Amino acid sequence: MAGGPGLRRFFEDENMATNTITVSETPLVLYALRRADDSLILGHRLSEWCGHAPTLEEDMALANIGLDLIGQARSLYGYAAEVEPREDGRSANDEDGYAYFRDAGQYRNLLLCEQPNRDFACTMVRQFFYSAFTDPYWRAMTSSSDPTLAAVAAKSEKESAYHLRHAAEWLIRLGDGTEESHARTQRAVDALWSFTGELFDADDAEDSLVADRLVVHPSAFRDIWSDTVDVGFARAGLRRPDGAWMQRGGRGGRHSEHLGPLLAEMQHLQRSHPGARW
Amino acid sequence: MYTQALNDRPAAAAVEDADQAERFQARIDAEDRIEANDWMPEAYRRTLVRQISQHAHSEIIGQLPEGNWITRAPSLRRKAALLAKVQDECGHGLYLYAAAETLDASREELMDQLMEGRARYSSIFNYPATTWADIGAIGWLVDGAAIMNQIPLCRCSYGPYARAMIRVCKEESFHQRQGFEIMMTLCNGTVAQKAMAQDALNRWWWPCLMMFGPPDGASQHSDQSTRWKIKRFSNDALRQKFVDATVPQAEYLGLTLPDPALAFDAATGHWTHGEIDWDEFKQVLAGNGPCNRDRIEARRAAHENGEWVRAAAAAFAAKQSQRQAA
Repeated sequence: MAGGPGLRRFFEDENMATNTITVSETPLVLYALRRADDSLILGHRLSEWCGHAPTLEEDMALANIGLDLIGQARSLYGYAAEVEPREDGRSANDEDGYAYFRDAGQYRNLLLCEQPNRDFACTMVRQFFYSAFTDPYWRAMTSSSDPTLAAVAAKSEKESAYHLRHAAEWLIRLGDGTEESHARTQRAVDALWSFTGELFDADDAEDSLVADRLVVHPSAFRDIWSDTVDVGFARAGLRRPDGAWMQRGGRGGRHSEHLGPLLAEMQHLQRSHPGARW
Repeated sequence: MYTQALNDRPAAAAVEDADQAERFQARIDAEDRIEANDWMPEAYRRTLVRQISQHAHSEIIGQLPEGNWITRAPSLRRKAALLAKVQDECGHGLYLYAAAETLDASREELMDQLMEGRARYSSIFNYPATTWADIGAIGWLVDGAAIMNQIPLCRCSYGPYARAMIRVCKEESFHQRQGFEIMMTLCNGTVAQKAMAQDALNRWWWPCLMMFGPPDGASQHSDQSTRWKIKRFSNDALRQKFVDATVPQAEYLGLTLPDPALAFDAATGHWTHGEIDWDEFKQVLAGNGPCNRDRIEARRAAHENGEWVRAAAAAFAAKQSQRQAA
């Protein structure tokens, strides 16, 4: 191997070769990470607009929504760290461990959340699809039998209601604005539609939490989501796509090509200074 | 367009006479606040529009060097704090453009001046933020210098500007402490982190001293601004205040200020610093700083990419009012 004995040792020592963490994904940990990852990745995407939005008011609004989502992620990562079982001698993971030291394949977010901003229409349609789900979802989750999840939901519910209102107003404004804004918004709807099916999915791990009344099954929100979308589309003059094929994989760690570069950018400083505190 | 209530100001030439000017100066001397609908000399209005818009532009352009680190902030706590901070700056910009609007200068007009290179913003934002330590240094030094400049503006004779500055200063002082805390964490961290902090200080120190503007002897606008109580302290006096405050902070961090001539003058009780490279300052103001072109380009790109969004919002609003009228 090129690079001399130092570099060879670096690669041969298993502990030095990677600083990626391992996570004991019990159903509850997995649940918290999935919802936290949704919030972090979408919040990160929104933060990319900071300084570059179409108006100053919107610059502030997008940062605000991004901050809400990053805040939700931190609460949920904190809870995952609290409930994650520890193997002998291994210290607990924490919010930054989950955010900065998991690879793309360990991320559990919806594919929808990692889709790039592209233009303002795409950003708003993505937000509309997501918030049309999280608004009723967190409201229902306020009656979770798990007090921490209920508390996270109580905070997130208020935020999501505002996110939905904001995104829906823009959806209508853009859809019913100019010819160009209509075309861009319809294109965004068509591009993102196939990522909406995953919103309602759950697996065996999540089903077990549903049975214990810790969480509400996401499929319970399909109709209300669909109604919200139809009302928004009708007022915006947008067409609901016909295609029924839905992309899946984010919940299980099978992501689009877009997550890798996002994580590379987000994680590089932490990863290149192992053990440093910031 | 946002200040219709004020559009009916009488033409300046018709009313501007010596009596009014005298009464105006008497109000200023009595520490009275001038409000948007009050009579004011045209030159006072122009000076304020110039100053407030430069300040607003600085906030908006100032989003860019730090904004480039939001996606790379090394912890979720830092990420949230930085995003909130850069959002605050946008808010300051918005607030200040609104203050300028009370003087009949529209945001659109001022933005055009910025993008066409006809308006200035603080020279400091033409330097690159290349490492995470720059986020600490900008908060600690750039916001620290800004506070020195801005605290006296809370007592500026023009009411809307003075009131805007009270809120801006509160947030800036929070940012300054946040920046210092980033530096402290780095200085107590690994060898590489401490080196990163020293390197950032080395690059930001001199440009920060330049932020206060040319030495008193060379400043063009100070005298009249001082009489009008827009400006209350000279460039050199504020710069000295900043140096005196910062030297012990650098010492506390265990960092070395990149100025071999820096010395404490026991007679005056002040720190004296070495010669500032005013040629560099002039070059940056002339558009030749390391990032001038990038900054304006980024602003222009945001504006142009947002054009269709603003057009859509306007078209939708027009349709709505038509529908309501029908």
